[in-house]
Amino acid sequence: MVAFFLIFLPLLTGLLVFFIKEEKLVKGFAFLSSLATLTVSLLGLTLFKAEEHLQFTAQWMQPLGSSFSLKLDGMGQLLCLLTAISYPLVFLGSWNSSYTKPSNFFALMLLAQAGLMGVFLAMDALLFYFFWELALIPMYFLCSQWGGERRIQVTFKFFIYTFIGSVLMLIGILYLQSKTPDHSFSLRAFYNLELTTKTQSWLFWLFFLAFAIKMPVFPFHTWQPDTYEQSPTPTTMILSGVMVKMGLLGLLRWLLPVLPIASYVWGDVVMSLSIIGIVYASLIAIRQDDIKRLVAYSSIAHIGLMCAAIFAENKSGMQGVLLQMFNHGINIIGLWIIVEIIERRFGTRKISELGGLAQKAPAMAIFFVIIALANIALPLTNAFAGEFLMFNGLLNAKSNYYLWFTVFAGLGIILAAVYTLNMIRKVFYGEVNTITAAATDLKLNEKLALGIIVVLIFWMGVYPQAMLDVTDNFSQALTERIDISHLFRKK
Amino acid sequence: MNALIISAILGVVMMFSSILLKQKGAVRNVAVTGIILLILVNILEMGGTVFFKVNTRGMIVFDQFALLFNSIIFLATLIYLLLSAKDMEKVGVNYAEYFALIFFILCGVTLVSSFKSLLILFLGIEIISIPLYILTGSDKRNLKSNEASLKYFLLGSFSTGLMLMGIALYYGARGTFSTVIDPLITVTAKPLLISGMSLLLFSMAFKVSAAPFHFWTPDVYDGAPTVFTSFMATIIKAAVFIGFIRLFDDAFEQVQSTWRIWIAVITAVTLFIGNITAVFQQSVKRMLAYSSIAQAGFMLLSLYAMNTEAKEGLLIYAAAYCFATIGIFAVLAKMSDYTFDGFNGLSKKEPLIAATLAILLLSLAGIPLTAGFLAKFYMLKAAIATPNSLWLVIFAVLMAAVSVYYYFRVIQAMYFKEGSTSSSTTEFSPFFKGAMLILAGLVILLGLFPDILVNWLYF
Repeated sequence: MVAFFLIFLPLLTGLLVFFIKEEKLVKGFAFLSSLATLTVSLLGLTLFKAEEHLQFTAQWMQPLGSSFSLKLDGMGQLLCLLTAISYPLVFLGSWNSSYTKPSNFFALMLLAQAGLMGVFLAMDALLFYFFWELALIPMYFLCSQWGGERRIQVTFKFFIYTFIGSVLMLIGILYLQSKTPDHSFSLRAFYNLELTTKTQSWLFWLFFLAFAIKMPVFPFHTWQPDTYEQSPTPTTMILSGVMVKMGLLGLLRWLLPVLPIASYVWGDVVMSLSIIGIVYASLIAIRQDDIKRLVAYSSIAHIGLMCAAIFAENKSGMQGVLLQMFNHGINIIGLWIIVEIIERRFGTRKISELGGLAQKAPAMAIFFVIIALANIALPLTNAFAGEFLMFNGLLNAKSNYYLWFTVFAGLGIILAAVYTLNMIRKVFYGEVNTITAAATDLKLNEKLALGIIVVLIFWMGVYPQAMLDVTDNFSQALTERIDISHLFRKK
Repeated sequence: MNALIISAILGVVMMFSSILLKQKGAVRNVAVTGIILLILVNILEMGGTVFFKVNTRGMIVFDQFALLFNSIIFLATLIYLLLSAKDMEKVGVNYAEYFALIFFILCGVTLVSSFKSLLILFLGIEIISIPLYILTGSDKRNLKSNEASLKYFLLGSFSTGLMLMGIALYYGARGTFSTVIDPLITVTAKPLLISGMSLLLFSMAFKVSAAPFHFWTPDVYDGAPTVFTSFMATIIKAAVFIGFIRLFDDAFEQVQSTWRIWIAVITAVTLFIGNITAVFQQSVKRMLAYSSIAQAGFMLLSLYAMNTEAKEGLLIYAAAYCFATIGIFAVLAKMSDYTFDGFNGLSKKEPLIAATLAILLLSLAGIPLTAGFLAKFYMLKAAIATPNSLWLVIFAVLMAAVSVYYYFRVIQAMYFKEGSTSSSTTEFSPFFKGAMLILAGLVILLGLFPDILVNWLYF
């Protein structure tokens, strides 16, 4: 039932919010709803860990071979927890912003949460596809209605991009379904398929395109910086913190285990693309003047590293990716909260127009520096553990070029330090100018949200084992499933 | 059989209703009652209650597929009348006659959905077409309407000629008009059969406006009064499709390998032309005309696949497409500005109408949770099961992605753009709003549980 409530709660409350008129009430109700979802998610991690609580199956579209089956596995736990944590943080961090038609805004946010949960929980390919699209629709409306000046074109580009990816994936799903003996969409039936290398190869690209656009991986990333920049910041938080994980989850649950041979064959290509993406995005990030775009490009680099580590296809890499999926979400939401505060206070996001904030707003500076350092994976912060494992995974990759991949990915880390520290220097230190002279420090709700994030950063940095234990079984099973060495031995 | 006879009677009743009833509202009520009656008798027949026992010598067979399709069409017509019947008053003076023509068309539809002889198919297609020529030109003082009617009539007669020629050749090859084929008898005159098949293929492709036989569609749809365009683009198109699939499933099963590749090419061309041209339209009405071509392309996939899923899927597609398009046209008929800009800011003025319209557009675009998605899903599922179809399926979904562009332009106009100061819409009555709400609910219900429709087939 835990799985069911994780979707049902935000869905129901989201629909209810449409009918509340008072802005304060809407915010409070949405916040409470997100807290309730968080509670359910935490209960699933602690009290109701038993298998029967984490599963939910109901009849749905029986004649088509589909069913409404949800399950919380290790990765599901982690990503649902991330979704559940990020919503209260987003609501808390942006409590002071006000929107036209607040009821629609918060209702769509909650509906998007229901869609995201569905993607993370679905154990049936058709259901997965349903939620995959349903998470997108509220996002489309959120970005186009409350976004920046160029919002309509930019969001439309984003929508068309992802839609093309997802319909191609639909063909892949349909083909796989037609090959299963009992014409079923269930994940288990997909796992049991045995397909030839050639079939796997073209199916691989149908699926990979959908996931690559979503993550995004170079060269499918062109929608991302614009969309992040133009979206209202709470939406950007969800987009970058949670939604991009849909693509990574797709790789881990629906691509690698279903098409293991093709994943091995095309692994090098994908890893090369990811590594190119890391270096390319980092280099562009150095040149950015807009903080939002800078963070957007840094996100491409981080996701690229995760994608590369996935295709390293070993347990260390998988564990690193899973951990980092969670940490990246937390960190980037922290960064966005501060970016939004800066934008709201000073009306600008340009690095060149800001300066000397540390004198005027010391608390903000401290929080920002901690989160930014976590973002570049300094030891003792959460991202360090994840990136360490991922690099370990890359070094042990089966690829012939593993050393090159590791070296260039490492270059990404150095470049990350360059642009992050540069931004901190320019925004928080240096001379106070006319724009920043009137700066005030953080409000209570902002301190609270950022405080929670910082606590999470250190907790995960010092003791990542708690999280790794959750995903251990999942990674183990996954690595065994995608291991195709037995195929070579036969010959 | 129930629906066939009663629809013909109702047509006559409606013709005379204008003499007996002076009030337009009363005429409308009679028509709505009539269509509800049609639905009822049709559902009764699905349960086995037949009022009229007529020996048709096997030329007409009302099987479950035909009856279910008729029910869908009658339901769509009911929705159409509820939403648009009032707007027909604006078209011309002969109010009751329009309903009479619509009932005659329905009579033709029941023939087309249940024929087992090519003569009946011809009869059905003609009974559908001739009232349509009249309806297209019903706005008598409007030059565009006249032009559309003439154009439709000339081209339509030409395609009828092709169809007759095809039927004659078929008779030459088989020695019978019947489409019930004994699989043991092989055709000796195969060239005759294939040329007959190709002529029938062309004329049916013309009727469903598949490319490259689509050139009449935009002009006729644009010229005809909007209320009748709605009827033409939805119910007629779906009906002809059923005839199309029955014809090729029964009569030409033996030469499937020949026509399958032709259908594949026609499908691809239709999808391409419909979608790409729709992108460049400035008027929503013309956009919908091209969108109807594009949707026909998707429906052609069922013909291409021709398996159980394809037939079930075509029913769902017909329902999904009719419901959504009827709703959109009904709103369009009430707008004074047919361009995309005419929809600017509609969500502020009429939030409910805008929301339901958005759902219908999402359905046409094939977004999950709506009937339109499942319809496309069935088509793709059916097509992918046939060998060597991958290129066509991939092409189809890419074109579906293109279609998102023009459907979403309306949504963008309604939600994200500021409306002009002058009010460009007439008032929407509470009744109209309620009907739209039910329609949107129906689309979502069908999108979640297609079984409620498909299960009727296996009653």
